[in-house]
Amino acid sequence: MKAVEVSGLTVAYDRKPVLTDVHFSVPKGKLIGIVGPNGAGKSTLIKAILGLIPRSSGAVRIFGQKYSPKNKDVGYVPQRGSVDWDFPTNALDVVLMGRYGCLGWVRRPSKKDVEAAKECLQKVGMLQFAGRQISQLSGGQQQRVFLARALIQEADVYFMDEPFAGVDAATEKAIISLLNELKRRGKTVLVVHHDLQTVGEYFDWTMLLNRKLIQCGPTKDVFTISHLQRTYGGKLAFLEKEQMLIKQ
Amino acid sequence: MSYEMWIIVTGALVGASCGVIGAFLILRKIAMLADAISHTVLLGIVLAFLVSHSMNGAFMLAGAVLVGLFTAFAVQLLNSGGIQEDASIGVVFTSLFALGVILISLYAKDVHLDVEHVLMGEIAFVPWETVSLLSFGELPKAFVMLGSIFLLDLLLITLFYKEFKITSFDPGMAAALGIPVLLIHYVLMVMVSVTSVAAFDSVGAILVVAMLIAPGATAYLLTDRYSAMLLLSGGIGVLDSTAGYFIAKAFDVSISGSMAVAAGIIFTLAWILSPRYGLLSRLFSRHAVHKLQR
Repeated sequence: MKAVEVSGLTVAYDRKPVLTDVHFSVPKGKLIGIVGPNGAGKSTLIKAILGLIPRSSGAVRIFGQKYSPKNKDVGYVPQRGSVDWDFPTNALDVVLMGRYGCLGWVRRPSKKDVEAAKECLQKVGMLQFAGRQISQLSGGQQQRVFLARALIQEADVYFMDEPFAGVDAATEKAIISLLNELKRRGKTVLVVHHDLQTVGEYFDWTMLLNRKLIQCGPTKDVFTISHLQRTYGGKLAFLEKEQMLIKQ
Repeated sequence: MSYEMWIIVTGALVGASCGVIGAFLILRKIAMLADAISHTVLLGIVLAFLVSHSMNGAFMLAGAVLVGLFTAFAVQLLNSGGIQEDASIGVVFTSLFALGVILISLYAKDVHLDVEHVLMGEIAFVPWETVSLLSFGELPKAFVMLGSIFLLDLLLITLFYKEFKITSFDPGMAAALGIPVLLIHYVLMVMVSVTSVAAFDSVGAILVVAMLIAPGATAYLLTDRYSAMLLLSGGIGVLDSTAGYFIAKAFDVSISGSMAVAAGIIFTLAWILSPRYGLLSRLFSRHAVHKLQR
């Protein structure tokens, strides 16, 4: 059974289509990089799959089940810039928010939830910052807190929107080893990614996207010059450099 | 209780209920929407009066909830239709408020619902308008109304505590977790509407805005914890209104006006003196902050 199956997905803002007729499916236990130029609709794809923005058409199945936000199999890591980091709360509290969905009305996080949150902070190397106000964290640390919040959801499929954007090298390494651990545990992780140079190294599957789906499959088949050219258009000089990198 | 004590207690209830709600408004960056609702509920009150021919509290609350929700809905509708949010608020708020003012001057001249009263309120008259309540005897009407609304606000905040928190901080994540973000938004709008109406009689349409926004903005400068911000904001609301009463008494001026002035003064003090975000600490620690960031 496929972990994620998307068929006929179309999204439009103000009647202008952003994504047109996207079909793809990914098997369980893969790290999938979603790659494409700015404005290609990568974030839009994730948000539309999760139902955060309305779809004009299309269907989403997670492990064969029609997706709804009540589905606890799915975890989400939004872009770091999408929230107000001056919000009066600390790192531990943000991680605990990952549990709010399964707590139900009125109930507060229990001691067990707090322990779980600390464990997740430990996994991203942030336990010593548990009590710190979130605006006092660096960009990379904030990103790790977001990842810890995804971990506590204990989902089987994760959608991550640019987790590598604006983080330091140490955080990038920490994130990638976390992604690999998730994969070892049989999780499926779809990651919006910008840096073409690291696609081959980080992801075993790649999805190329530019307002429609160009290709989706194992990185070695998909991440080729001709496909990249179709995705990025005529930026040849830049692509030749990539070609050299791919050959290496 | 003495005449003076009732005024202070009523003012404190206005401050506490508006203050607690104000904390949410500041964190969700919708202070201007609350400003709009606190004015448009006037239309709700007038409509309720025209329908029921009475100044019955229940009718007024129902009218206010309807018009308050309509305001939030209309702003969202215009906004999603491509009109900027501030322009949407401006258009909806002024038209509905003006409609309320016109209806008052047309139909409601003879009752005590006059324009000056709804704009400025008159908390000094509060102790004289009483209702009898069970075994408590005669209590000021405004006190009973504000007290019930304050309890309702506290109940809703307790019920939806974590939902308010996550939908304020990260609405996208909240939606992905299956939390009804829009419903929570409208619950808050209902709270703003009923609290505005309850506070209306005492402080008026214009000054209720000061109580909705200033305490929350002040508390935001003073703490880094969510729960502390809610409590502080309510407490500062009480402080603002009480200080306002004594300013009014000392200078023999409008009580509601003095409350708003007190709210402004206390906010300014926090803005200058807050240990972490105040002007002074920022001036003196600029060097230290630079060091920290590196």
